Amino acid sequence: MNLVWIILGMSLVTMLPRWLSVWVLGRWKLPPRVRLWLNSIPYAALGALIFPGILSVEPGAPAVGLVGGLVAGGLAYFRLPILVVITGAVLAVMGMKGLI
Amino acid sequence: MTQRRGEWLRGCFTAVPIMVGYLPIAVTFGVIAQQTGVPALQTTLMSMLVYAGASQFMAVNMLTTGATGLEVVAATFVLNFRHFVMGLSLMNLLREFPSRWKLALSSGMTDETFAMASVRAGSEEEMSPRYVAGMMLGAYSSWVIGSLAGHLLSQVIPPTVSESMSIALYAMFIGLLVPSLRKEWQAGAVALSSMLLCWGFSRVLDDGWAIVLATILGGGIGSFWMKGEKS
Repeated sequence: MNLVWIILGMSLVTMLPRWLSVWVLGRWKLPPRVRLWLNSIPYAALGALIFPGILSVEPGAPAVGLVGGLVAGGLAYFRLPILVVITGAVLAVMGMKGLI
Repeated sequence: MTQRRGEWLRGCFTAVPIMVGYLPIAVTFGVIAQQTGVPALQTTLMSMLVYAGASQFMAVNMLTTGATGLEVVAATFVLNFRHFVMGLSLMNLLREFPSRWKLALSSGMTDETFAMASVRAGSEEEMSPRYVAGMMLGAYSSWVIGSLAGHLLSQVIPPTVSESMSIALYAMFIGLLVPSLRKEWQAGAVALSSMLLCWGFSRVLDDGWAIVLATILGGGIGSFWMKGEKS
């Protein structure tokens, strides 16, 4: 039972910020400056989510994640479908781990 | 009616890369939860109600080291607060949607569904509420079903199953970012700035706060560069 309460608490503190964003935006009219900020958030978030997290793909061997990321970047640059990008990166990581 | 169903399916299809990335991680979560003594029902419940991967791994890990429930909840808040900032950005893009749709869609927002939906919306693709909902429901099902499957099959699956797959979601983020920066260099400059910021912050702060601050400040830098939106 105790565990269920912890899960409900976790759910609440995770869901509230998600819902709060809808409430805040519905309540105020945003100045153009703030909109520009919000429009660049996706790219800022992508950057922060990718690095330095990608270095921890293989604990103790940051090069593995780095190479996987470079392969993904190369494949994405040539506009290949996202599933191909993912497959290429996974294969690169498997290869790197084979080498280590 | 058929058009509506078409939108759901189109969204679900867009989510396939997310589903592929989620499945091995969800299965691993199920396996680890089973091994640390969390029953199948609670494991599935956590994936259904919390639906935020990193915090779920952290919770299971903290509980085995004897942390209190309050500590787990507080750490979850810190780790997941970034969704507030992401939500502001996504809900601004989807501002024409009815409020009840936005509320429902915000519940299904994760790093991955946020990134996918924003990049798709930014690339002037036609977005309907059902399309975004299909995307989010696809990702959600993959996470919940994967967690349960991992728990039930934990005797058969070694916890290392996702080892080489852990790059998958990073590869997806890169796959979303690179085409955007080919289109406008500003996107790349913003991402690069926030990478450096996040790297700096992560040396002194929790991962959760590092990502939140880097996103806010990186976006702030970007607001000087980005072009205005088409009205």
